[in-house]
Order: sequence, then structure tokens, then C-alpha cells
Amino acid sequence: MTRRGGAFAAALWSGAVIALAFLLLPMLAIFLRVSPGELLHGMSSGPAVDALRVTLITSAVANALILVVGTPAAYLIAGSRFRGRDLVVTLIELPLVLPPAVAGIGLLAAFGRLGLLGGTFKALGIDIAFTKVAVVMAVTYVASPFYLRAALAAFEAVDPNLPAAARTLGAGPARTFFRVALPLAAGGLGAGAALAFARGIGEFGATIMFAGSLRGVTQTLSLAIYEQFDVNFDTALAIGAELVIVSAALLLVVKLVIRWRRFNSTYTIASAASSSS
Amino acid sequence: METLQLDVHHRLRSIQLELTLDARPGETLALVGPSGAGKSTVLRIVAGLMTPDSGTVALGDAVWLDTDRHIDLPPEQRSVGLVFQDYALFPHLDVRRNVSFGGAERVDELLARFDIAHLAGERPGAISGGERQRVALARALARNPRVLLLDEPLSALDAHTRATVRGELRDLLHELELPAIIVTHDFEDAAVLADRVGVLVAGKLLQVATPSELVATPADAFVATFTGANVLEGTATLASDGLTHVVLDVGGSAWTTDQASGRVALAVHPWEVSLARETSTDSAVNHIHAPIASIVRLGNRARVRIGPLTAEITTGSIERLDLKEGEPVFATFKATATRVLAGAE
Repeated sequence: MTRRGGAFAAALWSGAVIALAFLLLPMLAIFLRVSPGELLHGMSSGPAVDALRVTLITSAVANALILVVGTPAAYLIAGSRFRGRDLVVTLIELPLVLPPAVAGIGLLAAFGRLGLLGGTFKALGIDIAFTKVAVVMAVTYVASPFYLRAALAAFEAVDPNLPAAARTLGAGPARTFFRVALPLAAGGLGAGAALAFARGIGEFGATIMFAGSLRGVTQTLSLAIYEQFDVNFDTALAIGAELVIVSAALLLVVKLVIRWRRFNSTYTIASAASSSS
Repeated sequence: METLQLDVHHRLRSIQLELTLDARPGETLALVGPSGAGKSTVLRIVAGLMTPDSGTVALGDAVWLDTDRHIDLPPEQRSVGLVFQDYALFPHLDVRRNVSFGGAERVDELLARFDIAHLAGERPGAISGGERQRVALARALARNPRVLLLDEPLSALDAHTRATVRGELRDLLHELELPAIIVTHDFEDAAVLADRVGVLVAGKLLQVATPSELVATPADAFVATFTGANVLEGTATLASDGLTHVVLDVGGSAWTTDQASGRVALAVHPWEVSLARETSTDSAVNHIHAPIASIVRLGNRARVRIGPLTAEITTGSIERLDLKEGEPVFATFKATATRVLAGAE
């Protein structure tokens, strides 16, 4: 089809080269603009260390919540057939396509001081404004759909005869979940958790609107980059480098998990249908 | 030892499942029929994996399901061993853990009984179809079930393994003394494995009888076809000598000793049909002269297709008569070997 050296081949090659260069250059620039020593120095600066601590704590709590609440929710929906199921799944996926600023204003409207539940929270003596709780809520809100969607797909991919077999072998619903469904869905759940973690760690818009950017309290790595960008560009670069490394590591984990899943995928048997004449 | 009794009414896609049956201790009941007839659904209802619109399932005095009394025990509380069509072995557990999932006490005994002890550490993905079938049986029995249910236990196997496994399964069913229901679409499997066979078509039982009764007196054309008989449709008139003359739709005619007139279906088993190069002068009155459409060898037997008929003869006869596809032969069967069936249209 394409002759070597033809104009068409040249167009394909230049497209590929431009795309790769454009995507890689900003990431390379973060590491190349200042010396590695200065990058390490920036990473150990006060704002960077504080932001890393806030990010790790809030991400850990948010992802723990996502796993603990999301896993049973996904298992229930995956195993249920009811009217409006497609609508429920679509609503779960909606935050995926929602601009983060909309998520932020929505969280404020629901849980803020003047929000729907603001009065209730105030009466209970709960004030989440500008606290880590607000960061956790913002991160959970934007990241959980990634996990829910992956978990739903992972549970749906489990051959329904396997949990059924477990039941006929005397296992109740709980034992069936922990011994059969959960191990078989583990690969998909792991990939989903990594995606949710990656999305949460880079969260910016919803967090800055709902939790603010208080250094050492609600200022995550992404928020710190934005603040340091005005104060000390090299520190902002150092924090950026930190996030590039974490994100690359996460992507690697996801790819490895997916490859491992394919390797361990359930076997299939072609059923040879025979019949008497 | 208790008898399994069930009475099921359930709307299933386009068919209505209406079925009452029982299986006595030590009795193997086969449910046969075309796909989509509701066979597997019956097993799922007995196991508790599905609740029918209405009905009862009981083992002796123990009521597992009674929709009127709102009794519906979950699967784990019914003493059932179910072998799934594709075996549904847990792919993430090795053979030993698959078997011990239902109960750990008898694992070593079962691994030895089914000759799978050497596979104890293997995952199901790494063993053969016949081995998987034995693992699935061992797993189902580890719970000491009081009822055994087998869904197409041989359909995932190749023809060679199938014959061996069928024999093993027959011995096992005799040894267990449990009521057992086996679902199959293959009459030969049912005939070897089951004491009684229920023919389930579109949710209804057409006939429940021993395999030999089904062959000798099929209730209708479908059952006859299912047992492997040739079914020839035509129009019958009573002849003066007490025989019935049937003008066949496919051309030609045949005589039968059964009395009938009007539209009929005539059944004749393949082993009642003999083949010859020349018109024979023996006592048989039915002759069909047509070219051989196909010859399929099965061990020492061969199934030869001639026009509307299938004849089963020895491979020795094929060689002796030097039969080849495309060559014309005379197919002959006696009037006494035919049965007139209900159900012709």
C-alpha cells in the first residue's frame, strides 16, 4: 500500500514524531531545566515536604474509602439485574466526564457551610471547611468512578457459574465473595485502584474550590505546584518532577497488572456439540 | 436414602416449563431433548440457583422449595452435588483446593478414587478435558451430597475420551446409590447412563420411560428421531391382507404391520435396515433403491445413508459388498420392524 519514501509515509512519520516530541518534551523539560541537585533540594524544601505529606495522607484515606465502599457496591450492581440498571451505571460514570470545577462547586453546594447539608453538619458540630476531610472528599469524589467502573467490569467478567458452583458446594454468599469472586476479580480491581489513585493524586480543581490551599493542611502536591509557580519556580519544578515519577510508576503498575491478568485469565473450553443422526 | 421429587412451573423466555418428576435412591434419571427445552433450568431449580414461578422440590421429608409456603432454601443449604456443563472449576485454585472447597474430610479418598491425586497441585487450566471432568465429579461429591445433578457431563469431551468417561460415569452412578438427574442432548449417553429417560421438549415431558421402552415404543415422531430411528412420513391406507400401505412423501412406499390410515409417520431403526447389491427375494417387503449418500464408520459399525434412510451395518459388510458413496444399493426392512407413530403432520 505505502511505498517506502513516498509522501504518504513521510506524513505518517512526521505525525508520529511530532506527537511523541510534543508529549515528551514538557516532562523532559521538568528534569532538564535545572540540575538534579537543585531538583533534590527543591523536593526537600518546606512546601514540597508538607505537600507530599498532605497528599499521601489524604490519598491513602480517600483510596481506602474507595476500596471499602466501592468494592461491595460494584459487586452488588454487577450481580444484579433491575430496571434502571443502565441509568445507575451511567450516573456512576458521570463524574468521569465532569469538569473538576463543576465537581468543586457541587461539593460546596452539597456539603459547604451554605450547602444542602451545611446546616446539618453545623448542628452536629462538624466543620469540614479547609480541613483534610474536605480534601479527602474532593479526591474521593473525582477518583471513585474510575475504581467503580473498573470493579464493575471486573466482577461482570467473572463466569457466573463459578460463584454458583461455590454456592452448591456449601459456601454462603460471604464465603463465595471472598474465596471466589474477589480473587478472580483481583486483577481488574487492582488496575482500577491504580487508576483511581493516579487520578486522585493529580486532583486540583475540586480540591482548591472545596478545601482551599492551606500549606500543611489542605495543600496537596498539585496545589503546591500552582502556588510555588509564583514564589519559586525551581520548587514548583521539583514538585512536578515528584509527580512525574509517581505517575510513571503507577502507569507501570497498571500495565504489569493487566499483563498478569491476561496471563492468568480463566481457561475456556470449546464445547463440542455432537448429536445422533 | 430419600426420593427426590419435583414439580415445577416456570415461564422461560418463549416456553412454559411444566414438569413433574421423581428420582428414587440409586436411580439415574436422564433429561434429554433439544437445546432450549429447559433441561438445564430444571437442574438449576433443584440446586436452588433459580426460583421457579411456582413449584416444589423435596428430598424425602426435607422440603427445599415450596413457593406456596414461601420455603426456598439457598443452594448452600440443599444437599446437592452439581456438575456444571463446562465444569466451572475454580481457575485460581489447584485441583486439591477445588475438591476441598466443598469439604476437606474426603479429599484424599476422592483424589485417589478419581485417579487425580497426581494432579493435586495443578490448576484446572493445565489439565485435560477428561481430567477436569473427574475433578468436577470429585468436587461435587466432597460435600457428601444426597442428590447428584449432572449438566451435559460429556459434551465438553472429544469423541475418544467421551466413550471412556461415559463408562466410568456409569459405574460411579451405580456405586453411589443417590438419586441423580443427568441432562444430555445425546440419546446414547442417556441410554448408557440412565435407568429412566425423560424426553423434554419445549418445557414439557413427552415421554418418561426406560431407554429400551423409548426405542421400542416411542410416543411420537420426535422421540423416535431422538432415539436414532428413521422417521418416514407419508399417507397410509389399510390393505386387504391386514397390512398398512404407506405412500411415502419422499417417494416410493412401505408396508407396516401396524394398523393406520391417513397421515402417519413410520419409524424404523437403523439396525433393522439391511443393504444389498441386488433385489433380495427374502421375506422383507420394504425396499428402497437409491445411491449411498454417505458412509460413517464408528468402530466396528458403519452408518450408511441411503435416500431417506440410515442403515447401521458392520464394517465387515461394507468391505464384503464393496459399498462406496454414490453407488446405488437396495435398502431393505421388514414390515414387522416398523412402528406407526403419532405426531405426523
